[in-house]
Amino acid sequence: MAAADELTTMTAAEMAAAVAAGEVSAVELTRAHLDRIELTDVKVRAFLHVGAEPALAAARSVDERRAAGRPLGPLAGVPLALKDVFTTTDMPTTCGSKILAGWQPPYDATLTRRLRDAGVVILGKTNMDEFAMGSSTENSAFGPSRNPWDLNLVPGGSSGGSAAAVAAYQAPLAIGTDTGGSIRQPGAVCGIVGVKPTYGGSSRFGLVAFASSLDTPGPLTRTVLDAALLHEAISGHDPNDSTSLDAPVPPVVAAARNPDVAGLRVGVVAELSGDGYAPGVLTRFNETVELLETLGAKVTEVSCPHFTYALPAYYLIAPSECSSNLARFDAMRYGLRIGDDGVASAEEVMSLTRATGFGAEVKRRIMLGTYALSSGYYDAYYGKAQQVRTLIIRDFEAAFEQVDVLVSPTTPTTAFPIGERADDPMAMYLADLCTIPSDLAGNAAISVPCGLAPENGLPVGFQVMAPVLADDRLYRVAGAVEAALDARRGASFLAQARGLAGLDETAEAGR
Amino acid sequence: MSITRDEVAHLAKLSRLALTEDELDHFAGQLDVIIGAVARVQEVAAAGIPPTTHAANLENVYRDDVIAPPLDADLVLSQAPAAQAARFRVPRILTEE
Amino acid sequence: MTVTVPYDLAVARYEPVIGLETHVELGTLTKMFCGSPVTFGAEPNSAVCPVCLGLPGSLPVINKTAIEYTIRIGLALNCSIATWCRFARKNYFYPDMPKNFQISQYDEPLCTDGFLNIEVDGQEFTIGIERVHLEEDTGKSQHVGTTGRIHGADYSLVDYNRAGIPLVEIVTRPVPGTGALAPAVAKAYVSELRDLLRSLAVSDVRMEQGSLRCDVNTSIAPAGSGEWGTRTETKNVNSLRSVERAVRSEIERQAGVLDEGGRVIQETRHFHEETGKTTSGRSKEEAQDYRYFPEPDLVPVAPSREWVQEIRAALPELPAARRVRLQAEWGLSDLDMTALRNVDALDLVAETVAAGAAPDQARNWWLTELSRHANDTGAELADLAITAEDVAAVIALVAAGQLNNKLARQVVDGVLAGEGSPAEVVAARGLAVVTDTSVLSAAVDDAIAANPDIAAKIADGKVAAAGALVGAVMKATKGQADAASVRQLILERCAANLAAAWSPAGGTSRPLTTLRRILSDLSAVCRRTYVFPQSKRDLPAVESAKVAQFFTERYPDFGVPRRCRSPTVVTSGCKTQRRGRSPLE
Ligand SMILES: [Zn+2]
Repeated sequence: MAAADELTTMTAAEMAAAVAAGEVSAVELTRAHLDRIELTDVKVRAFLHVGAEPALAAARSVDERRAAGRPLGPLAGVPLALKDVFTTTDMPTTCGSKILAGWQPPYDATLTRRLRDAGVVILGKTNMDEFAMGSSTENSAFGPSRNPWDLNLVPGGSSGGSAAAVAAYQAPLAIGTDTGGSIRQPGAVCGIVGVKPTYGGSSRFGLVAFASSLDTPGPLTRTVLDAALLHEAISGHDPNDSTSLDAPVPPVVAAARNPDVAGLRVGVVAELSGDGYAPGVLTRFNETVELLETLGAKVTEVSCPHFTYALPAYYLIAPSECSSNLARFDAMRYGLRIGDDGVASAEEVMSLTRATGFGAEVKRRIMLGTYALSSGYYDAYYGKAQQVRTLIIRDFEAAFEQVDVLVSPTTPTTAFPIGERADDPMAMYLADLCTIPSDLAGNAAISVPCGLAPENGLPVGFQVMAPVLADDRLYRVAGAVEAALDARRGASFLAQARGLAGLDETAEAGR
Repeated sequence: MSITRDEVAHLAKLSRLALTEDELDHFAGQLDVIIGAVARVQEVAAAGIPPTTHAANLENVYRDDVIAPPLDADLVLSQAPAAQAARFRVPRILTEE
Repeated sequence: MTVTVPYDLAVARYEPVIGLETHVELGTLTKMFCGSPVTFGAEPNSAVCPVCLGLPGSLPVINKTAIEYTIRIGLALNCSIATWCRFARKNYFYPDMPKNFQISQYDEPLCTDGFLNIEVDGQEFTIGIERVHLEEDTGKSQHVGTTGRIHGADYSLVDYNRAGIPLVEIVTRPVPGTGALAPAVAKAYVSELRDLLRSLAVSDVRMEQGSLRCDVNTSIAPAGSGEWGTRTETKNVNSLRSVERAVRSEIERQAGVLDEGGRVIQETRHFHEETGKTTSGRSKEEAQDYRYFPEPDLVPVAPSREWVQEIRAALPELPAARRVRLQAEWGLSDLDMTALRNVDALDLVAETVAAGAAPDQARNWWLTELSRHANDTGAELADLAITAEDVAAVIALVAAGQLNNKLARQVVDGVLAGEGSPAEVVAARGLAVVTDTSVLSAAVDDAIAANPDIAAKIADGKVAAAGALVGAVMKATKGQADAASVRQLILERCAANLAAAWSPAGGTSRPLTTLRRILSDLSAVCRRTYVFPQSKRDLPAVESAKVAQFFTERYPDFGVPRRCRSPTVVTSGCKTQRRGRSPLE
């Protein structure tokens, strides 16, 4: 058996190969990660629930399958951290909210089912901003997760727990959901790869909705190839999701294995830089654009004039949908119930429970959405935002006539300290400035690490955006960037994460 | 001022949120700023622009009228805050719909 | 408290305008947006899944058959079918609505702009259909407490089996110009709509089970003013009779308000079956803001014209056309047809006829005996514990002479009491007509012997006197004989006695005249022709032996002549007789 450290620092592709070759059992691999979680999660707080028993059972069944000589999928036996927004029959699902504390869903999400079918070992459920509303996990009712690069910083959000788990080597794979940037932004600030597939490419059935027309599940991994493998495993048509695309999954794994940008037309979005962007972010971004040029890409600047309205449009559309989606949390059928003293009416119990069970950001967005949909305001707010959405889609269409992919920084800044923006919603919302346009348009986008900001030594994410169902282009570009930077560094990106040393100290102390 | 405290109180009622007076004060200020910011969408010249409600460009997605096994009633009720006689027990309902 | 104005006065001074919103649960196998079965009366919460329970993470997928049924309804109501439309969310909190929003259609209904023709008192009205749209039903709450009603309940128990059942809403345009007929028009519209939906096979349309529910809008304005008044929306109107009563009661109430110089408030009102009155529901102050927006979990519905054409081509015969056809086939009068529609017996009669019964017999049973029973028990005809097949079976038993009318009624009573099929009731209650001819013959002989005076009267030509002998025989057989058959037997026996005693040499034609009279009576009663020389010219040729032979050959043992199952029209005289040749010819 390999040393525990070796087992947890391998890539998912390597782990799967080792399991398939019998060099390591899925159970050993799972145990190594469960141990790593046990030793490090007191500091990282990536997980809301660790399902050691179901994880080991899943690992055993992979080992049995292998022993029986039956074929294994490309990720069989590889551990994964699942955002606590997907339903699971063997673990609770809370969405980071008190209102759902302890809820045990009676059904598996399509994505959960697909992971199980692929032999992926679900270790547990990861922390998140409550109902995926936030960019830091500070909105989780169960406390924030920490950024493994520096435990005083946020890991981003809302899929911050998933990103932190991957960055802390607690799992090589994680699933997040992206509504306004909730995969790419935590991916960027935790120094890992995060992908928002084309909307409809990965099923939403069993994903507890925040904003139905935007929510997109996707992978968080340490390498571009791992992301592609996971992307492929969770994608494909689902008849239980009316918005699921009945189309072949783009050849993402092939693209990740053979990243080549020679001749690729790359457009730099003019509107996604300048004021408000940290200098280190822009430095690394510009270097990466130059790198792509040296790799043979044809770089031009492209204007998407309506992108500046993406943020306000998003903060009307997402809250509007959320105000309706979250109405079901009413203390009647499941979850928390407050104030049912035999005298209070159903209406009063609903109001008390929702006031107690929801956190501040959720309440803000519910009221904002209720406002935007109210008669008399609908046209000026929700209606207008939907028109802006059309204009943003048209900007993308025009841009993709000139170039194959668009690029920008993933986030305007690197990870910020816990508490800094906690009660300043507008400042928090800016974290999603660059990621929102792709959510509104429903196309595909990736964040890949592109170096450390010189001023603070924190990771910077490089965002690539591709047209609907051209997800493979993301992997061509990100794979090329990753390969070139790894070659230049001579080591994987995460090896530089200084917070990890602190975690390892904990680990040593634990032993 | 884009939204008043009274309006926020009304929104809270519509949204079934029993907010405290302090919360109302706090949220009124924040929502005022946020609504002021998101109102920027109104600057966009969007006359004649169709709204986009769905990112995916799909139509006519149906399922066949075929029965799928329902959930086990015990399982369904096991997550209920209160149940009685195989039904969900809820506090008294004041208004008729 | 405003005093209501008597109806006649109210409609003399005010002109009503009505409108109806009808909700129909579709008879699909599964719910609107999930594969849970559509059930009625199943164990609580046994027909639910994550989708119709609104569990976090669940998503709706449109039932294609529900769309097809709705288009079918739209086409039958002469509507335009949308080329593109969407579902929308109607947001409001209510414990029986699992998601706290209802997936419905808002400004883009599937069908628009149609009409339905109805008839009241021979006057035709065209009811404009504004829209037909599709939505999902809610769960059912049961209010627990001292009163059992929503007010004063301690808590409620919710069953979500009904939640998510496809619900079609059919909205009429305002209907002016009905005057005093407004309540009848409202009722006729719902009745016609119900027949239409039933013929389309899209719903079982049972008002008492809530699969068809009505909201009735009523307004009045001073007659001749040309204006429309403020309307109220009366909910909870769940029977045809209630639709009529609700409109009537609202007209009376609103007239009272206006007479006092008051103003009708636009509001929701509730109809109460017990009192026939409406009471105020939600006040305007609480008016909902439903915050409709396009349902983001569903994609647009864009029925192709080819599909719509296919559905149109497959439309069944609609009720109006069917009524015309059935009336012709059955040979019933307009009055009969109206009567059948009024008690909702058209389909029942059609089924009874389809099961082999004669139309007039089928009509008789459903309109008289069974209608009376339905009235007595306060049930709808269709809900009686007797099927059209049962009724047809009873009619067949009567036709076969195995039951008389009195016994048939007892058989029907038995079926209604749940004692089984007509055959089972006949067997269990021992209700079969006495058909044993030797028993009957003996009883007839006894009766004639015991009443020589009556026999003499008959022989004397007073055929009507046979009634007394029939009574005696019926009494002797405890009512289980067929009176007509008994009468026939008696007359035959008397005729035979006469014939046997007859001699042409006797010189009198009296017995002959009597015989002829008896036989003509027999012909009338038994719907068959008893042949006997009709003209004086034939008399000399008739010999007593031949007369006797006629009876013995034709009616051995004076048994009950076999009666034809289908009516044979007998005009008169020997020339038209249809069976065998008479030995006298
Ligand atoms: Zn269901």
